[in-house]
Amino acid sequence: MKKIEAVIQPFKLEEVKEALKAIGIDGMTVTEVRGHGRQKGHKEVYRGQEYQVDLLPKVKIEMVVASPRAEEVISALSAAAKTGKIGDGKIFVYEVSEAIRIRNDERGETAL
Amino acid sequence: MKRILSILSLSALATAHLLGQAATPSPTAALEAAIKSAQMNADNAWMLVSCALVLMMTAPGLALFYGGLVRRKNVLGTMMQSFILMVIGTVLWALIGYSLSFGEGSPYIGDLRYLFLDKVGGDPNATYAATIPHQTFMLFQMMFAIITPALITGAFAERMKFSAMVLFTILWTLLVYYPMAHMVWGNGGLLNAFLGGQIPCLDFAGGTVVHITSGVSALVCALVMGKRKGYPSEPMKPHSLTLSFIGAALLWVGWFGFNAGSALSAGTLATSAFTATHFAAATAALGWILAEWMQHGKPSILGGISGAVAGLVAITPASGFVKPMPALIIGFLAGIFCYFMVVKVKSMMGYDDSLDAFGVHGAGGTLGAILTGVFAVSEINPAFKDASGKILPVGMLEGNGGQVMNQIIGVGIAWVLAIVGTFIILKVIDAVVGLRVSPEEETMGLDLSQHGEEGYSLES
Repeated sequence: MKKIEAVIQPFKLEEVKEALKAIGIDGMTVTEVRGHGRQKGHKEVYRGQEYQVDLLPKVKIEMVVASPRAEEVISALSAAAKTGKIGDGKIFVYEVSEAIRIRNDERGETAL
Repeated sequence: MKRILSILSLSALATAHLLGQAATPSPTAALEAAIKSAQMNADNAWMLVSCALVLMMTAPGLALFYGGLVRRKNVLGTMMQSFILMVIGTVLWALIGYSLSFGEGSPYIGDLRYLFLDKVGGDPNATYAATIPHQTFMLFQMMFAIITPALITGAFAERMKFSAMVLFTILWTLLVYYPMAHMVWGNGGLLNAFLGGQIPCLDFAGGTVVHITSGVSALVCALVMGKRKGYPSEPMKPHSLTLSFIGAALLWVGWFGFNAGSALSAGTLATSAFTATHFAAATAALGWILAEWMQHGKPSILGGISGAVAGLVAITPASGFVKPMPALIIGFLAGIFCYFMVVKVKSMMGYDDSLDAFGVHGAGGTLGAILTGVFAVSEINPAFKDASGKILPVGMLEGNGGQVMNQIIGVGIAWVLAIVGTFIILKVIDAVVGLRVSPEEETMGLDLSQHGEEGYSLES
């Protein structure tokens, strides 16, 4: 099993969700986060007082899938989240050693 | 029904009078009484609405405007500072404030003839406003006594102890506001242009009484209390400009009661003041936005609403004396001038007037008070007459150059009273209970540390 974690532009969330649904992914966890990579923040001015805002709003999507499906999910996600501009985000992939469904104690890929 | 009957009887009386059938004095007297009562009711209706409009400026107007400008952890504390004045300001006014402001005492402070609102009832006080109940006049003036100290709270926002703030408010209202209100508007007050003042200073709705006293006191507060912890290195940006926008819009509307209501009647002077008020707000917003657009590359909402308030402040003393075109000019100058004071002078001098109470009210009020002496005309308000009743010129452009000097003296007295009064009051309170919250409480925020609650509960 693999965990796929993607940090994307907030306005791309709907497209990404649709793309994942289209390939049959029906579980995910979404968090509103703030951060920045190589994209720098922006300047705000309040009554002449300038503020440099470095941490920008982003959305983090986490999901765990069966290992053979990982590449397919990554390419769907990447295609949907892409604008081609700096600030599009990143995808990280982790090995997952176990998954347990709390309701009935199913384990492994059947619990996904 | 009562009204229809009175109109019917009025016309019947008028007809009888015209036909000469009733030459006895009694129908004429009845007619006069009916006319007087109709005018009184009309004026009273407008004045009661104005009272409500001015109260609306303090809360929700000012409470939202200031509340949005602070950080999230201080939103309730800031709103409470405005709200508590509706409570304390009212009680003080009822007990002693009205009498000290409008009792006909010395040139500097009123006497105790209206203590506990004695003799302040339905009959008009002809000295102040002959066509509205004395009690309406008292109410209208009370709303000014409430909002004035509330304006100061912008200077010490996010760091003053609530207990100290309450004490400050009480002492400041007693020692600075009531004397200033009496000097400018009280019968026989030193600066009263209409009721026998030695130095006739024109202040229609409170440029000196409200805005200079509060704005200059705000500067003293900022200097004596010191900066907020972390200012200016840590970011302290407004937590909700949406709230501030709503607050400023309510202030703009409420200001029609403040200025047009200061005509104390519902006639042409009220309309003229309404016009001047609105026009100045518009050009001041324009001035601030343009200055900001040129300097920082973007026109901001905060700049727009700050400019509008600056214009409303500056036109306040002038509103019942100037024609529409000078109102446009006064507003535009105020927008640029206050922008310069807030954006340039504050950072140059380094004081932490957190919400710019001095930059907007002190600076705008001073500019407006002086420009009133320049642009006032007798066509709008025949303030000065000679012994034979001939109308004399009022402002500088009309040929009364000395009026600008009178305005400057009025401004000077307001500045000195505000500086000395506020400084002494702050030092006394600091010695008794302390002015500031502890550094831990300041980090925690006023909402939790002073009031034990939070403005936004995101978990519930």
